[in-house]
Amino acid sequence: MPHKVIDVQDVVIRFTGDSGDGMQLTGSLFADTAAFFGNDITTFPDFPAEIRAPQGTLSGVSGYQVHIGSSAIYTPGDYCDVLVAMNPAALKSNVKWLKPNATIIVDIDTFDKKGLEKAGFKTDDAFQELLITHHNIIVPPITTLTKESADTIGIDPKAGARCKNMFALGICFYLYNMSMDHTKNFIQKKFAKNQDLIDMNLRVLQDGYNYAGTVEAIADTYLVKPSKQEPGVYRNINGNTAVAWGLMAASEKSGRPLFCGSYPITPATAILEELALHKDLGVKTLQCEDEIAGICTAIGASYAGSLAVTTTSGPGLSLKSEALGLAVIAELPLVVVDVQRAGPSTGIPTKTEQTDLNQALYGRNGECPVAIIAPHSPSHCFKAAFYAAKHALEHMMPVILLSEGFLGNGSEPWKIPDMKDFPRINPPIAENLDEDEPYFYPFRRDPETLVRRWAHPGTPNLEHRIGGLEKNHQGAVSSDPQVHEQMVRERAEKIARMARVIPPLEVIGEQEGDVLMVSWGGTYGHMLSAESQLRAAKTKVGLAHFDYINPLPQNTEEVFKRFKKIVVFELNSGHFANYLRAKFPQFTYMQYNKIQGQPFIIAEITDAINKILK
Amino acid sequence: MKFTPQDFKSDQEVKWCPGCGDHAVLASIQRALPEISEELGYSKERYVIVSGIGCSSRFPYYMKTYGFHGIHGRAAAIATGVKVANPTLSVWEMTGDGDSLAIGGNHLIHAIRRNIDINIVLFNNRIYGLTKGQYSPTSPWGSITKTSPYGTVEHPFNPGALAMGARGTFFARTLDMELQLTSSIMVEAARHDGTALVEVLQNCVIFNDKTHSLITNKEVRADRTIVLKHGEPMIYGKNKDKGLILDGIRLKSVTIGENGITRDDILVHNAEEENHGVHTMLCEMQWPELPVALGVIRRVKDRTYDDMVRDQLTEVANKSQIHCMNDMLRSGDTWVVE
Repeated sequence: MPHKVIDVQDVVIRFTGDSGDGMQLTGSLFADTAAFFGNDITTFPDFPAEIRAPQGTLSGVSGYQVHIGSSAIYTPGDYCDVLVAMNPAALKSNVKWLKPNATIIVDIDTFDKKGLEKAGFKTDDAFQELLITHHNIIVPPITTLTKESADTIGIDPKAGARCKNMFALGICFYLYNMSMDHTKNFIQKKFAKNQDLIDMNLRVLQDGYNYAGTVEAIADTYLVKPSKQEPGVYRNINGNTAVAWGLMAASEKSGRPLFCGSYPITPATAILEELALHKDLGVKTLQCEDEIAGICTAIGASYAGSLAVTTTSGPGLSLKSEALGLAVIAELPLVVVDVQRAGPSTGIPTKTEQTDLNQALYGRNGECPVAIIAPHSPSHCFKAAFYAAKHALEHMMPVILLSEGFLGNGSEPWKIPDMKDFPRINPPIAENLDEDEPYFYPFRRDPETLVRRWAHPGTPNLEHRIGGLEKNHQGAVSSDPQVHEQMVRERAEKIARMARVIPPLEVIGEQEGDVLMVSWGGTYGHMLSAESQLRAAKTKVGLAHFDYINPLPQNTEEVFKRFKKIVVFELNSGHFANYLRAKFPQFTYMQYNKIQGQPFIIAEITDAINKILK
Repeated sequence: MKFTPQDFKSDQEVKWCPGCGDHAVLASIQRALPEISEELGYSKERYVIVSGIGCSSRFPYYMKTYGFHGIHGRAAAIATGVKVANPTLSVWEMTGDGDSLAIGGNHLIHAIRRNIDINIVLFNNRIYGLTKGQYSPTSPWGSITKTSPYGTVEHPFNPGALAMGARGTFFARTLDMELQLTSSIMVEAARHDGTALVEVLQNCVIFNDKTHSLITNKEVRADRTIVLKHGEPMIYGKNKDKGLILDGIRLKSVTIGENGITRDDILVHNAEEENHGVHTMLCEMQWPELPVALGVIRRVKDRTYDDMVRDQLTEVANKSQIHCMNDMLRSGDTWVVE
């Protein structure tokens, strides 16, 4: 059937269904296809903590949102142009994310009495009940059609029904004029050992595509043209993988073998899993008996000369607090990755938040400052992890890399860097005694940086003892009041002096004026999009986004001075705002906070600014 | 490598109480290290002594080796990290009954389960000394301490039985004052590939004095303890006339020459038996029913964690086409923008 192909700038598609329906896979196949085609993309998986919650219920709904564009895309999109809902519960819980003229694709087979009841509908017309009237609704009987597809190639229809997600995917590929090659290749590879599964998935995918070509509800199709990207080799990357690779890159650039001691915890586990794959590059991973052993094995490995890492989320960081203090006082390099999730306690494990900042800044006994770096996008996790390791190794101290579930699970295309463009990492490894040393003084410092030297066990003549007790520069245990105060001040000053080697704070948009938007970490994409929308509407604001939390960039105060009002946006109750108040009390800080386990919506940010400017 | 005990003594003043059993253990280990170095060819810088918190955990400061004084209970985890990072090091963990069996119990059993090649010296004085006299996980039932003024109502751990339960490959027990025995056990522990747990029955002169004296007093020691040696009959006693036999499924102490018992009836100790049934019974022997077992109770060969980590790294690397980050980053699904 001939149809019109309409060019669109960008499109947001939300795949939703039961947590067993394969929506995460469907979404990521769609995203990868778009990325290969040359679109810019950002993705956002939004799933429940339960692996298989009761089928058909609201609590079991799993979603995967993809935003693709022909120009730069910074967020997964607030509202969707297309909602795929594999059952009534998915429709009900995602109706709030629909754009006014959105297309809705549902598997109408699931909208039977039982399905509607499970989702809590009171009538037999779900659309009426949800007041969905102005939308383009496509209602294929996906389950039935998938079973028929299976039957035509001689496969048990019941078993075949499991790949109904491919039918929905086929429809979406047709709708957006996308090639199915990537998905076909994926199916061939994934099910290489089972020809039936290959046949079935390929058949159902094609039947979904063909169905879309014949159904009257799809009159026109759309095309999102490739975006203008810098030449180079690209791949899709999510934040957790990027953290793992950034650490591995730091290992290569420092010549220090990578050791990761960790305990599985959502949403950080994928970093440990990724690192465990790379034994060919000498990566050692130890899945420990608990979070504490995770950091303590890392501290042991660091003492012995490794680039040591432990990965976790908020509750795990709580458990690691005491040992983190040990790394601070022993002045050992260590990277602690915290992929934040909604707390307190177990909280909402699969949802994103920025609520561990206070814990990262202050959550230890004694005077115990730790350097903190926050990545701002999935691909930026690579660079942020690399520099977290670089600073840890070169300054002989622990660094917390404060990632977020939103970044860890989100993905975007990434131009693969060449390792020659990354700097060497030079840890201060001691090989000999200084001329005036009768024995190794573990806390003798570089006068400029206050960094101590790192003597690895196995090096002749540098035997020394360090640990949790306060010591003097020579390494002798000391409870001398003056020594203690001096060492406390030196450890803090060492972090402060790291500011000399970090990039200055950049302001996006207006360089001075009425309002400066301030943010940090994973909200970057939303803040950037808000800034560009405000600029388009001739609203003049600046945006200062912080990657370095401790120490802050040296020009922070100077930047703040240039604006009349400062508004701090963060996904917590105001941790960063309070931190800034303590650092620079001369300024007044307004706040915009959201604590819902969800990222910002761009409109929330622009509305907040417009209100302030009124 | 030729060293003397003096080579392992640090310049730090030893701050344990006069009469503390720890002094003797320190001397035994300083005596053992030269022998180990000579036998295994270890240079001095290869030793790392890791500890947790407690009186015994001050140990690293008194040794002129690499040392790491950790936090309470975590020495086994820290030592594990040291060994995995650099398997060529000889890693020793010094810990107490509170440190390794209460707050650090989890790390201890998992280190043993992994069979990582570290030596763990457990100073068991059945009391918390550094916090001044609270009961520990090895305090006998009914112990009166500051936190159990009416007697403990807890069942104590037996460290040996715990090690057996965790599939331990090496367990030995010694007395703090038996310098010769302790030294020789340390050498055996060093020789063993895998986690070697050595329990030292140690006296806390201040808070739990004479806790082991019922068996350790010079006059009665020979009759109330048995020093086990692999391949030798389990004979003990001042007059070497007592021995152990299997009576049904239990161990029993007998006197040679009585009731027709001869030397040939006495069990021969097999520390290398894979099944730990008899080893567990030996660990659990208590006076007055049976003598307390000393010496190497179990010493079996099994794969070690650090060896397997190394082998896996080599094996995967040999098969892989990826040799550096640039290779890795460009592997898998990528596309080119012209």
